[in-house]
Amino acid sequence: MSTTVIDTRDGEVQFHLAEEPHHSEGSSTMLGFWLYLMSDCLIFAILFATYGVVGANYAAGPSPKDLFDLELVAINTAMLLFSSITYGFAMLEMARNRKSATLLWLGITGLFGLAFLGIELYEFAHLIHEGATPQRSAFLSAFFTLVGTHGLHVTFGTIWLVTLMVQVSKHGLIPANRRRLFCLSMFWHFLDVIWIGVFTFVYLLGMLR
Amino acid sequence: MAITNPVPVSPIFGRLTLDAFPIHEPVILGAFVGTALIGAVVLFALFKYRLWGYLWTEWFTSVDHKKIGIMYMVLGLIMFLRGFADAIMMRVQQAIAFNGSEGYLNAHHYDQVFTAHGVIMIFFVAMPFVTGLMNYVVPLQIGARDVSFPFLNNFSFWMTTAGAVIIMISLFVGEFAQTGWLAFPPLSGLGASPYVGVDYYIWGLQVAGVGTTLSGINLIATIVKMRAPGMSLMKMPVFTWTSLCTNVLIVASFPVLTAVLVLLSLDRYVGTNFFTNDFGGNPMMYVNLIWIWGHPEVYILILPLFGVFSEVTSTFSNKRLFGYTSMVYATVVITILSYLVWLHHFFTMGSGASVNSFFGITTMIISIPTGAKIFNWLFTMYRGRIRFELPMMWTVAFMLTFVVGGMTGVLLAVPPADFVLHNSLFLVAHFHNVIIGGVLFGLFAAINYWWPKAFGFKLDVFWGKVSFWCWVVGFWAAFMPLYILGLMGVTRRMRVFDDPSIQIWFQIAALGAFLIACGIGAMLVQFAVSIWRREQLRDHTGDPWNGRTLEWATSSPPPAYNFAFTPVIHDNDAWSDMKKRGYQRPLEGYRSIHMPSSTGTGVILSGLSVALAFALIWYIWWLAALSFLGIIAVAIAHSFNYHRDFHIPAEEVVATENARTELLAAGVRA
Repeated sequence: MSTTVIDTRDGEVQFHLAEEPHHSEGSSTMLGFWLYLMSDCLIFAILFATYGVVGANYAAGPSPKDLFDLELVAINTAMLLFSSITYGFAMLEMARNRKSATLLWLGITGLFGLAFLGIELYEFAHLIHEGATPQRSAFLSAFFTLVGTHGLHVTFGTIWLVTLMVQVSKHGLIPANRRRLFCLSMFWHFLDVIWIGVFTFVYLLGMLR
Repeated sequence: MAITNPVPVSPIFGRLTLDAFPIHEPVILGAFVGTALIGAVVLFALFKYRLWGYLWTEWFTSVDHKKIGIMYMVLGLIMFLRGFADAIMMRVQQAIAFNGSEGYLNAHHYDQVFTAHGVIMIFFVAMPFVTGLMNYVVPLQIGARDVSFPFLNNFSFWMTTAGAVIIMISLFVGEFAQTGWLAFPPLSGLGASPYVGVDYYIWGLQVAGVGTTLSGINLIATIVKMRAPGMSLMKMPVFTWTSLCTNVLIVASFPVLTAVLVLLSLDRYVGTNFFTNDFGGNPMMYVNLIWIWGHPEVYILILPLFGVFSEVTSTFSNKRLFGYTSMVYATVVITILSYLVWLHHFFTMGSGASVNSFFGITTMIISIPTGAKIFNWLFTMYRGRIRFELPMMWTVAFMLTFVVGGMTGVLLAVPPADFVLHNSLFLVAHFHNVIIGGVLFGLFAAINYWWPKAFGFKLDVFWGKVSFWCWVVGFWAAFMPLYILGLMGVTRRMRVFDDPSIQIWFQIAALGAFLIACGIGAMLVQFAVSIWRREQLRDHTGDPWNGRTLEWATSSPPPAYNFAFTPVIHDNDAWSDMKKRGYQRPLEGYRSIHMPSSTGTGVILSGLSVALAFALIWYIWWLAALSFLGIIAVAIAHSFNYHRDFHIPAEEVVATENARTELLAAGVRA
């Protein structure tokens, strides 16, 4: 194997650099957060797979066609997609170093997130009221678990968002806060991608089944 | 006494009643008294010698990867003694429960013992040992000052410990699962297991799983981002390579375990129908999902030890590792293939001939890269100047033992043969053959190899050899009879037997287990004697074995900052290369060093997690809500702390390094 030798001027091999290599604080954060997102993605993969296996086991109970209200779900999807766009605006403002505009867009993002959660809770309550509970069939167990896990993620994302807004307003757009905003940004868009999967595989394909 | 009817739930204590304390079971009571006595002595000693403050500031809250690594090893060792106690109880029960004798363990207790043995040995012995080893060695081998996320590292350790604490509580409060170590439904469903056993299982593993996943992410980021300048991927030590692959496996498989256990707990707590027999549930889905985690898990355990054997073989043969590149590729191939074999754990499920053939063939293929590794180690030894020190002895014992286990594995990979051997003692013998012969022997090699690095003195050789021979002979005596019994058709997890002709094999196996007990005892004596005689065994050079990789370039034990100057790497086996090129240790020009600060948040979060798990197990809903809110609040509060680092002043570095200079000079004079 070839050896790359870092030479000094007089050709001697050097074992230490004059200037210490500096791993700046948080230099691994983005990679680490990506790895975390992939592990979270795997949890959703298992929930999707489970839904794929038992999603048609209605146990003589209601099927997607009896239950889903696509218009409501479309509005809900719009809420989440809008929230991703507004998060993008927040990041643009952050890049321009405008603190209050960043906070404003973050606040709007949080409101869209809350709207999404509200509509989802309304949908769940409606289903349970009609007797389509998670206990009714394996299909409903898998449905509530997959959609509910996504909803839980959005809930935690919203708590995180509020925490970050407090931190940004307190300390400003310092590097640590920028890093955190980037992480939450990835998390938020990740949830969007997962939701597109849910919307397609659970709701749209469910209506075709 | 097994509790089979649902217990009424009180709003304050949940389903925790006085019946939950097994005071009528003499064996458990004895274990409790013993544990309580040891605990009392330890607590008394800690108070008497005022060690709490020291432990808290220097160890529990430390984010130093070396200290966390050592704490993982201590956790693994303690849980190993518990897991082995379970093993010897089973061996004794099976050796005497013949000719109408019921043995000394009732069915309820025996079923808990074999479940706890499996769970503890995999999750709370092998995993902490392996994680501890990687934590300690990897940053040193890549010339880093710490891991990428030091606080997360501390938190991971405490979550693993919290899981172990939850499992230990089950011994004295309530019961543990009686389902076998993977808790297949419908046996683990609420109908067949209505009491707390399976809930202890679920929450113990969930809490520990958080720690394992995060530590996997942490070590991947560390290896990818923190390597010293010049260390390209193909110049990384083999142990670092195997650690990288292991952590990729952890991050890509533990979420599956988390998800499947969530589904099982929903079945038990909410009444969903994922794995039930009615309302469209599918119990076989659980078996598939858990083995999609479970098979990579066995490679998570063995790969780092393959790395250890590579380091040990080349060091003690005084040679460069034969076939470094092929070793790396073999490791990567095993990493990928380990995801394509899970179904071989249940060929008998009836997936059909084509599916079984696919998984049978992938399983046989995985033995090719493993075989390549064995040949690489053999060729490294060939014409090497082999020093038969303790680590090398364990490595040779591993090669002889593991190959047998590997071959019985290939036997089991043949689906028609598996239909005969499935769930038999042949299988039990096979996986103990590879886990003891591979993982444990590797850990013992690693402990003997890196102990001088961690503590600055070598381990006593005499007691090490006593332990070695007791272990190796004991292993063969304990498990070869199980192969024979398995071929005769004896199934696993049996409590009593009808056929007196097979008793002799169980007696031989019990004898082997007692020899292993002697091996464990000798190992503890080895540790004690070595600590006692540490001045005679002292090593001042930091490089007692003529090592080849970077961890031997610094002092033993290494300073908090590992390296005063970050080394520049030019070749594989960086330290060996530096020695060959006449490297001189710099004696001046030290600067202050930027380091992460300690924090108690990890301990607090893990304590709250234990409370949360306990509350969920016993249906104490108010405590569950309270501790959950506590976790969120502490996590948020922690995120408001922006000052997480400090500088070790240059004077302190100078003092530390000058002390080492004097010791090295004294060594040269002597």
